[in-house]
Amino acid sequence: MTGLDDFPLWAAILVSLLLLAGSALTLLGTIGLVRFKSFYERVHAPTLGTTCGAGGILIASMLFFSVLQSRLALHELLITLFVTVTTPVTLMLLARAAIYRDRTEGKAKIPGFQNDVPPSSAMASDARPDDPG
Amino acid sequence: MRRVLPYPLLTASLILMWLLLNSFSLGHLLLGAIFAYGASWAMTALQPAKPRIRRWDMIPRLFFVVLGDIFRSNIAVAGIILQGKRRARTPGFVIIPLQLRDRTGLAVLACILTATPGTAWIEYHADNGRLLIHVLDLVDEQAWIELIRDRYARMLSEIFE
Repeated sequence: MTGLDDFPLWAAILVSLLLLAGSALTLLGTIGLVRFKSFYERVHAPTLGTTCGAGGILIASMLFFSVLQSRLALHELLITLFVTVTTPVTLMLLARAAIYRDRTEGKAKIPGFQNDVPPSSAMASDARPDDPG
Repeated sequence: MRRVLPYPLLTASLILMWLLLNSFSLGHLLLGAIFAYGASWAMTALQPAKPRIRRWDMIPRLFFVVLGDIFRSNIAVAGIILQGKRRARTPGFVIIPLQLRDRTGLAVLACILTATPGTAWIEYHADNGRLLIHVLDLVDEQAWIELIRDRYARMLSEIFE
């Protein structure tokens, strides 16, 4: 490849290892998404991709461009920051929608809050009697 | 100070973001400062709650604790996925009573719990301070309650409250 001829070997090995590790974790996350059975379990699997998966790929990118341009390339940190800050928003939307559906249908065993149950989850009739607290 | 710069922390982070996206030079510092100043004034129209950070020294500690936990639970969840059906696993819900009431602290807690594979924030009731989370591999319910209350929530309430 042109322009990469003087790219040092140690950095190339490190970058490829990080890329492989990151993408392997992301792949595992998607496999988990397919293989888990319930919605609440499935929610956990893609987190692999958004944390260590993305982390590995972004560190590889920072290392690659820092060595290539011989100056510190750090804007990948912003990707990490914004992914971390925005994922709870989508997760909470999905989780609340799922929990509302399951409580209405009375399907999954979801513990409800016993005292001061707000109107939105008043249908949680399947609250276990042995709830802690 | 407050009338000149309504959100100093926001302005500083915006300047830092501008510098990271472009390059660290005096010209970009000035340009970024102008944009950040305008943007932080635009923010006053939204009137966001202003977090008060009391313990700056706790922030790096919390950061590294969370980083370590994220790394460890990544490996744990990857193991669970790889083992598949061969290993018995009990996913389940846990209710955690929280003392933490500060909004920014709760938002950071939500980020931590979401970013850690194996735990997911499901529901929080502000009136009784109870948090419902889902855990992928629930072995000991009480251990999870203690982990989240003593490890994260305590540090967060020291930082923000």
